[in-house]
Amino acid sequence: MKEWGYKISTPRVIDLDKADTARYAKLVEEVPSVKKCIMCGACSATCTASNHTDFSFRQCHLLFRRGQVVNLSVELDKCMLCGKCKIVCPQGVNTRAIISTMRIILSDMNNRNTPL
Amino acid sequence: MNFHPLVIPFLAGTVFLLIMISLKYIKWIRLLDANQSATIKKNILTFKTVQAINEIFHESLLHRKIYKRNRLLGYMHMSLAFGWFLMIVVGKIESSFYYGTFLDKPWLGIFFKYFARTPHHYFMIIPFSFIMDLLLLVTLSGVMLAILKRIRSTFLGIKKTTNHILLDRIALTSLWWIFPLRLLAESSTAELTGNGSFLTGTVGHLLSTLPVHQLELPLWWAYSICIGIFFIALPFSRYMHIPTEIVLIFLRKWGAQAGEVQSGFTDIQLNTCSRCGLCIDACQMNFAADINHIQPVYFIRDTRYHHLSKEVADNCLLCGRCVEACPVGLELTVIRQQVRHKSEIQGNNYFEYNGAIENTKKADIVYFAGCMSQLTPTIIISMKKIFEEAGVSYWFMDEEKGLCCGRPLRQQGYLQQSKDLVSKNTQLIHSSGAKMLVTSCPICYQSFKNEYSLDIPVMHHSDYIGLLMKENKLNLEQSDIEMVYHDPCELGRGSGVYDQPRHVLQSIGNLTAVDFEKEKSLCCGGSLSNMVIDSDSRQKIRDNTLEVLTKSRPDVLVTACPLCKKTFAQNNTTKIMDIAEIVAANLKNKIKASKSIN
Repeated sequence: MKEWGYKISTPRVIDLDKADTARYAKLVEEVPSVKKCIMCGACSATCTASNHTDFSFRQCHLLFRRGQVVNLSVELDKCMLCGKCKIVCPQGVNTRAIISTMRIILSDMNNRNTPL
Repeated sequence: MNFHPLVIPFLAGTVFLLIMISLKYIKWIRLLDANQSATIKKNILTFKTVQAINEIFHESLLHRKIYKRNRLLGYMHMSLAFGWFLMIVVGKIESSFYYGTFLDKPWLGIFFKYFARTPHHYFMIIPFSFIMDLLLLVTLSGVMLAILKRIRSTFLGIKKTTNHILLDRIALTSLWWIFPLRLLAESSTAELTGNGSFLTGTVGHLLSTLPVHQLELPLWWAYSICIGIFFIALPFSRYMHIPTEIVLIFLRKWGAQAGEVQSGFTDIQLNTCSRCGLCIDACQMNFAADINHIQPVYFIRDTRYHHLSKEVADNCLLCGRCVEACPVGLELTVIRQQVRHKSEIQGNNYFEYNGAIENTKKADIVYFAGCMSQLTPTIIISMKKIFEEAGVSYWFMDEEKGLCCGRPLRQQGYLQQSKDLVSKNTQLIHSSGAKMLVTSCPICYQSFKNEYSLDIPVMHHSDYIGLLMKENKLNLEQSDIEMVYHDPCELGRGSGVYDQPRHVLQSIGNLTAVDFEKEKSLCCGGSLSNMVIDSDSRQKIRDNTLEVLTKSRPDVLVTACPLCKKTFAQNNTTKIMDIAEIVAANLKNKIKASKSIN
């Protein structure tokens, strides 16, 4: 075929029917208040870490919910757990617990270390 | 006659107990970390060992600390522990006199009355019998109190006591039965041989209506079996605290300290918990929010038996009230943080800290407001005003793009990430060339003080304001305003700053004392340490604390922590102010507000 100089891009559509929601279900079980999130973004606006990085709680939450977890653990490690987001949240979402639980779920850490 | 098969249960239990304790001791000592072993080796041959023995006498036998807290409970524990201890010691001396040798068979002291039946008058028979009966009576009174405590704990001034597991109940029951059985066994022998004193003799007479001849041997057997069961259950139950507390006191006196991660020292602390449950009444999660399964007694137990759930470990405010209440002085908050350690998901350092800029102008003071103060801008404005009024040159480290101090990460067990923040912040602080670090947040204050190794002093602003007043750099206007002061957990119990804020407030208005203050102060409920608790429970804790604090209807409730202020302010029936705000509002020669806000 003749070289056109153009090609068909890979589709960027996110098929939510095919999304893996098992991890999100586990998160809801551990931190039920995640369901109260209205995605207002107050958390991301106040975030201490966003002064230095492109970290956004709202984005991480959305990606996790859709099962798009590639590289998400790298993103989550940017959080300093300082707790400002939790205090400003108008819905009382336990944001810090969500971050920590997402980290644990993503690293498949099921057992915490027990005494020696 | 100096042997009978009835001593076999006692002997078997004793041998088993000694083997188990030795194995456990060896395991713990081997698991101590290098720092702890080094400190212990350095101090083992010093005067500290003598001090430790003194403390063991006072705490493990007399239970002075429990006695000071609750007299009846202290008496109960002392009568059981010291009473039984003396019964063993005096019994041994008595049998040594009787048999004329100190090297008599070890069980002869325990079953003395059974074996020493010949009614010849050995040296000091009357005083010995009297002392032994008295000790038995004292111990029995302790058992009675213990049973009463189990039936209704409020009799002994305890609202809620521990919910014990089956193994503890078995050990507990066998312990309780030892002493009444001993009384009955000795009384029956006394009735037959006439070797009893005021207690066993009298009870023996009462027993005379029964067939004492047939009863005597079964009673002694039951006594021996109860001791045997208790000794076999001891290493696996709460009663392991008896031999472990002694080790803990020695190690503590020799300077061993709990590290960041678990070690043999942690195991020793876990085994020292006697599950007395004094931490339950101290815990606000219990009395304010009705959460009853996470208290240190259960947390320590679950950790010891290796079935700790994540929820129990994480659902704690780390306020430290339990540490104050613990009669054996366990480092409960430290152990909780050790257990939270998430070694498997340490995470790499993805921070770039582009925004955190080093200082360029010269300053005497580094001011670090902290993340929480960023949400209470009036505290920051007030601090700026105070700095200007005092004419101090300062560098506001996190005015634009500050970092977190690292303590929240550390409390949740992300040690490596926390250390990354520590090193970056240390670099920034040292770049300023300042002579002192002042922070507005007690969480940051504790972090800078304990987890950083800075070469400049660190002060919380409440303390710093006191210093400025002492140097006559601040003059405050006295009024008749009524105030109460709330001790933030991290500033009070965490760092021991109690009096300085009170001195400052006394030069502003009238400070009224509250029911729970200083070491006993309550948590506001906003603690960052707990990531599990839901907002309803937090509100219950907050409202309970507010109720206590505002009982005297003060004009202002003063605190020294932005997070406490933020938490209280969500239910503002009383005016809530930070100490910096009230100082700034009461400055003489006020600088115009606009200038300081700018």
